[in-house]
Amino acid sequence: MAKTEKKMSRRAVLRRVLGYIRPHLLKLAASLVLALIVVALTLYVPILIGQAIDCIIGMGQVDFAALKSILLRIALCIVVTAGAQWLQSELNNRVTHDAVRDIRRDAFAHIQRLPLSFLDAHPTGDIVSRMISDVDTFADGLLMGFTQFFSGVMTIAGTLLFMLTLSPLITLVVVVITPVSLLVANFIAKSTHDMFVLQSKTRGEQTSLIDEALREQKLVQAFAREDETLKQFDEINERLKDCSLRAVFFSSLTNPCTRFVNSLVYAAVALTGALAAISGALTVGSLTSFLSYANQYTKPFNEISGVITELQNALACAGRIFQLIDEPAEAADPAGAPSFDSVRGEVALKDVSFSYTKDRPLIEDFSLNVRPGQRVAIVGPTGCGKTTMINLLMRFYDVDGGEIRIDGHETRTLSRKALRRNIGMVLQDTWLSAGTIRENIAMGKPDATDAEIIAAAKAAHAHGFIRRLPDGYNTVIRENGDGLSQGQKQLLCIARVMLCLPPMLILDEATSSIDTRTEMKIQDAFATMMQGRTSFIVAHRLSTIQSADVILVMRDGRIVEQGTHGELLQRGGFYKELHEAQFAQ
Amino acid sequence: MKKLFVYLKGYMRECVLGPLFKLLEASFELIIPLLVASIIDGGILAGDKTHVVKMVAIMALLGLTGLIAAVTAQYFAAKAAIGFSTRLRHALMAHIQTLSYTEIDTVGTSTLVTRMTSDVNQVQSGVNMCLRLLLRSPFVVFGAMVMAFTIDFDCALIFAAVIFVLCVIVFSIMLITIPKYRAVQGQLDSVTAATRENLSGVRVLRAFCKEEDEQGKFEKRSRLLTRMQLSVGRISAVMNPLTYVAINAAVIVLIHSGAMKVQLGSLTQGEVVALYNYMSQILVELVKMANLIILLTKAWACGDRISAVLAVRSSQRDGTMTLESLESRGSVVFEDVSLRYAGAGAESLEHVSFCVRPGETVGVIGGTGCGKTSLINLIPRFYDATEGRVLVGGADVCDMKKEALRESIAVVPQKAVLFKGTIRSNLLWGNENATDEELYAALAVAQALDVVNSKPGHLDEPVEQGGRNFSGGQRQRLTIARALVKKPDILILDDSASALDYATDASLRRAIREMDHRPTTFIVSQRASSVRFADQIIVLDDGRVAGIGTHDALLASCPVYQEIYASQYGGEEAENHG
Repeated sequence: MAKTEKKMSRRAVLRRVLGYIRPHLLKLAASLVLALIVVALTLYVPILIGQAIDCIIGMGQVDFAALKSILLRIALCIVVTAGAQWLQSELNNRVTHDAVRDIRRDAFAHIQRLPLSFLDAHPTGDIVSRMISDVDTFADGLLMGFTQFFSGVMTIAGTLLFMLTLSPLITLVVVVITPVSLLVANFIAKSTHDMFVLQSKTRGEQTSLIDEALREQKLVQAFAREDETLKQFDEINERLKDCSLRAVFFSSLTNPCTRFVNSLVYAAVALTGALAAISGALTVGSLTSFLSYANQYTKPFNEISGVITELQNALACAGRIFQLIDEPAEAADPAGAPSFDSVRGEVALKDVSFSYTKDRPLIEDFSLNVRPGQRVAIVGPTGCGKTTMINLLMRFYDVDGGEIRIDGHETRTLSRKALRRNIGMVLQDTWLSAGTIRENIAMGKPDATDAEIIAAAKAAHAHGFIRRLPDGYNTVIRENGDGLSQGQKQLLCIARVMLCLPPMLILDEATSSIDTRTEMKIQDAFATMMQGRTSFIVAHRLSTIQSADVILVMRDGRIVEQGTHGELLQRGGFYKELHEAQFAQ
Repeated sequence: MKKLFVYLKGYMRECVLGPLFKLLEASFELIIPLLVASIIDGGILAGDKTHVVKMVAIMALLGLTGLIAAVTAQYFAAKAAIGFSTRLRHALMAHIQTLSYTEIDTVGTSTLVTRMTSDVNQVQSGVNMCLRLLLRSPFVVFGAMVMAFTIDFDCALIFAAVIFVLCVIVFSIMLITIPKYRAVQGQLDSVTAATRENLSGVRVLRAFCKEEDEQGKFEKRSRLLTRMQLSVGRISAVMNPLTYVAINAAVIVLIHSGAMKVQLGSLTQGEVVALYNYMSQILVELVKMANLIILLTKAWACGDRISAVLAVRSSQRDGTMTLESLESRGSVVFEDVSLRYAGAGAESLEHVSFCVRPGETVGVIGGTGCGKTSLINLIPRFYDATEGRVLVGGADVCDMKKEALRESIAVVPQKAVLFKGTIRSNLLWGNENATDEELYAALAVAQALDVVNSKPGHLDEPVEQGGRNFSGGQRQRLTIARALVKKPDILILDDSASALDYATDASLRRAIREMDHRPTTFIVSQRASSVRFADQIIVLDDGRVAGIGTHDALLASCPVYQEIYASQYGGEEAENHG
């Protein structure tokens, strides 16, 4: 993200996380208590079993009375442990999933208030991944942290304690050898790191080849390049095979190696324990308890080191989400804004200045008066900033200086909704929502009747192709209208506005990929639609805007000429140049 | 998925040896409790220190050989799994190359990309884990039971019972939760979709004041997700406590009945400890097995998806005719051709007939979605006509070898796409053996010489993926040059000059007319100016031919053409320029 952003400190992130967890503090405290119970009892059971074993020394030497009471205690322990375990994970699940839901809700609500300047500057995929996968990683980390981190630490401490009470000497043996297993795991992880980097690099290379080749598969076939493509693919595939084998094999050594170290620990405990038992310093039961501890002891170590990376990862992810939530929102709508009904459509721009970036001024001291019902056309070469005007009128962006008034109201004194409800917009970038054709057309008026919807579609010349779709108006389209042609999508966007005609219209290159003949028909419909409505038209075909009341000619972000078609031609400036280029043979 | 196992062929040795070494390691682990029993009975109780040392030494030795066996097993497993996935990817890629446009449309490219990448990776790790663990875990579980039987028959029955109970617990919980987790994933996808849509449609949504509706929609989906997650979490949270209770209950029973046997002298203390140790081993392995099964079901599902792609057969059968056997190279005839796309509700082309002689220039013009691209897609047989015949060079395209047919036709598609590489590597797509001279000649005709000359690397200028480092107009001219390098009999320009200004467009058409081997040229366009000088113009309206003829003839007789022309030149200009 942009350089202006500061990374949140880990402490700040943690504070925010705690904020989301605060409503669940009681549950969290209960969960910690339960964890303590679970750990203590789980560790106590092997000792009890050791004691039970000591009751059965040999033939005729079994102390049944003592054994019975020990076994009863074990039974009690396991029932309590099981109950506590279940309750604990239920509590953890609730805290985590509720917190995650709240974070997502806040983030989504915040997106609704973020200025377009932020959303335009940040790729959709980036924000989506913060909302979805970052939040998910965070949830996993949080859950793991709750369930494993605390329990892991407690288990290690508890095990040490219990072992010390049994035999300090053997405890020392365990404590000295165990770290070896961690070192081994660490060593393998470090030395395979480069292999994994190479593997993911090669994978990336292959994915981009696959992506390119499959996306353009039709072209590959048109040029009969199938064999060549496969050859290229195979070359990377073979390289991937080699580096994957190395990465997968060497990383899979971790388990056998740590298992080996553990078996050494086990053997060492068996040796020292058995020798101690022979000299009478230890009972057989205690040795059994020890051996089962030796088996368990290393597990929390491996888990904790995993949990720590997981937690760091979770915090980093949480940081990215909070960064999004902390992005400054749009200025709030003023309190007591007028309801802004029955708008006539008088638009006045006075000394407007605006730029996207401070160091590159774009529009400066621009003034324009539009009477109700007038048509304003904006023309100029691609990338000259025509859409900037739309951004300002719709208040997607706010002016830096000057003011825009509609019917005498400064637009910043109105609520954005009131303003936008009075402007119908068809953008160059056609966007349709996932859902049926009907829902899409009725977006601005969800309670529209079928007759109204069909009438709007007919007026936009969309009825014909809609009828030919498999399910007509009920055809479900995916987001962005996959499966429809660009022209068809535009017709639907036009129908959407046709259904609820507001007093002002903005048509942003709406007809750029509709063929001229269909466009002409739409122009007719537009002409009726624009009757009595203030309209702003951004078009790149000059023929379509010659009848406009005012033509603004833009170049490099500035308005260089302003007037009617006739006036501008007469002036012989940039507009005339544009006009002539169009008919060059 | 089963069909994919053929790609393991050639790795039979690894597939057998891997699990075998794994079993070797597991059987060493199974010996450990016996050694502990021997330490207790023969060492501690008998007071024999050398026996203890001997047993511990065997333990360490078993650990070491176990390590060697395990490493060997991991190697074979990794080798087989990776060899498998490498072959599978190759087979998939090769298979996709054989599919026709119809199948690519139906399956969808993004689906294919996922199949080839993440699905194959999942299957690879599935195979790997399968070779490593699938045999090991049941082996240890049942091995522990068998070992228990060697110690004491009655106590071993407890093992049999607890293994049965544990299996029931673990697998019934899995059976319940797996579909629920899948549903959770689906719900998460729907939350993702709501977010993505909200962002990509932000301008429209705000213009229509839909913010609250969107928030409501999102929260509804998100709440449902939370509810689903909690409900599945509650069930899977039962697994650990239940198995814990089962195994420890068994331990209690075991110690109790063991105690009675020890009292009678039919069992020793060490043997009771050994039985207890076997019990602990069972639980660990059973949990591993459960995780493995989850991984395997996932991998299996991925494998099924891959199989489905491999099962898609091309709907086109290749012909046998070569270019040499053609009567008149460069001629194109449509005989009453209709085309309906797979799954479409209506025909995209209806009863289209026309005839083009070699070297002619043909304009194809018409409204959005009228079937222009559909029409020219039939010439190189990207799709098959549902009715009628398409003849190229006098032969039905279905009788010709596809490779030969496409060798004689060059298409410049609407979307100008370049591939990662250099300008040269892109141009050589047209003809692998073209000389620099030929490349420059093609560039000259395509009006692209200045593009190449303006770049410091000239022909060797790197091209980024998708040709991002070139402007739309530059890309378009380079793709035209790429087609010309082919020296085709038939050249198809599918609205390929839309990013060019009028002057460049005109020079391009002139240069093509003046080429030595002048190809039959189809120019698809929405601009009347691009087609007006063609030998014949085909006017399409809603999939039907509205008129065929020269510019003047159509202007006189074809109302659709008149409308198009008038819409572009306006009343006044139509007179001045017409």
